[in-house]
Amino acid sequence: MWKQQKFDLIIVGGGPAGSTAARFAAIGGISVLLLEKDRDIGVPVRCGEAASDEGLRIFVDPDTRWIKSVITKLRLISPSEHTIDIDLKQKGYILDRRIFDYDLAQYAADEGAQIVCKAYVDGLLFKDGKVAGVTGEHLGERFEVESDIVIGADGVESRVGRWAGLATVVKMKDMESAIQKTIAGIEVDEHRFDFYMSREWAPGGYLWIFPKGPNAANIGLGVSGKYSRFRSAQRYLDDFLAKTFPDGSVISSTVGGVPCDKTLKKFVTDGLMLAGDSAHMVNPMTGGGIVPGMRGGMLAGETAVEAIKAGDTSEKFLNRYPKAWHKIGGKNHERFYSIKEAIFRLTDKELDSIVAAVEKISPDERSIAKVFRKAVFKKPSLVVDVMKVFAGI
Amino acid sequence: MIEIKPNKCDFCGCCVGVCPVDCIDLKEADIDIDYNVCIDCKLCLYICPIEVFEDVETAEI
Ligand SMILES: Cc1cc2nc3c(=O)[nH]c(=O)nc-3n(C[C@H](O)[C@H](O)[C@H](O)COP(=O)(O)OP(=O)(O)OC[C@H]3O[C@@H](n4cnc5c(N)ncnc54)[C@H](O)[C@@H]3O)c2cc1C
Repeated sequence: MWKQQKFDLIIVGGGPAGSTAARFAAIGGISVLLLEKDRDIGVPVRCGEAASDEGLRIFVDPDTRWIKSVITKLRLISPSEHTIDIDLKQKGYILDRRIFDYDLAQYAADEGAQIVCKAYVDGLLFKDGKVAGVTGEHLGERFEVESDIVIGADGVESRVGRWAGLATVVKMKDMESAIQKTIAGIEVDEHRFDFYMSREWAPGGYLWIFPKGPNAANIGLGVSGKYSRFRSAQRYLDDFLAKTFPDGSVISSTVGGVPCDKTLKKFVTDGLMLAGDSAHMVNPMTGGGIVPGMRGGMLAGETAVEAIKAGDTSEKFLNRYPKAWHKIGGKNHERFYSIKEAIFRLTDKELDSIVAAVEKISPDERSIAKVFRKAVFKKPSLVVDVMKVFAGI
Repeated sequence: MIEIKPNKCDFCGCCVGVCPVDCIDLKEADIDIDYNVCIDCKLCLYICPIEVFEDVETAEI
């Protein structure tokens, strides 16, 4: 019984970051316990479910069971509803995360990780100043389980890190207050992502339409915490839906916070590592956190294996994880963060003039390179980066 | 004082992520504010996507 055992590694949270950490740690041969507070892995889904083929392939072979749509193009819609269509070099997907997250947990279990749901972690154990396990509640019973290392993959709440003294609180301006509804009984282009950019639709964020087949879509938006106090995300979305899809049926709805920040400066301490949203690993420009979370999880899981084998779980040893993260993605995220800041400073008028300039290129000549050239002319530097980011999602 | 409107919360954790004093406890479908710790900064009210929180004093005026 897990409550009486001691583990090499305990992971808090069964999202993409936690399950991927569990899988790679178990592959490395250490004992792993993953605790998830919800009843089911993968439910409720708090996500637009978009991810790139290239990003996913690092970790898993795309499986038709969890792919709802294959995306080959994207459309940017300006405040006055001018549009730019761009073909994507790399295809993207809209996933069904109920199945996807479930499978990720299954892969971890297949490698020998133990997974427990309905296990709410509410504190950390410390030994000689080092994190040494977790406390919590499972089906009305208290538990205390020891481990040499804990990975906090507890998502946007990120309390595990705080309990060990890490500064994980998200600044208001960097938290996207987000809401999404899955609308059925509508017609959409099932191969296209749509992004609406305007202060009127979603200040400090954007509105998305991500198709789930030809007759349904995830339609959602994020509003920066800088603006959400004046009008809630829900009101923005309800207005858009009433205007654009008045006859659609809402078959699912979800809300959530997306930490669109640079990765935390410090996300490791003695005996503890954070991965995914809890370490602010989301791409701050797109709000995409599935692939970055899996990357963080993989690196943290592998580092846990090395630390256990070396018999050293100190912050100094574990620091190879943040080093590896920054080498692969952290720097990019800093660039994305600057782009985000620059875009959200643009007025609706400026956005419109950029889109109008690009619109003049005829669609069949509209290679990404040409779009760049035109956009650069209108707004040097900024737009190139934006396009790169969107094209790579 | 901040209060939670009954039956409105979707338990997403957005408020927990911005709470500067870690006073919100969120289990699967169960949310609680620890008023001994809460500093009434209202960030939870400002960030919530679906207006779950209410500023009680203000509402009474
Ligand atoms: C509306 C919305 C749309 C989004 N759209 C996209 C998108 O299209 N593409 C994309 O890539 N990303 C998107 N994101 C972001 C993406 O969902 C997250 O970045 C991703 O899920 C992060 O993975 P994670 O494993 O770090 O955290 P999560 O998936 O949040 O998993 C954390 C897990 O930890 C559990 N947990 C938390 N606290 C405890 C505790 N104390 N004890 C036990 N368990 C605990 C939670 O229940 C949860 O299951 C979106 C987010 C939102 C809110």
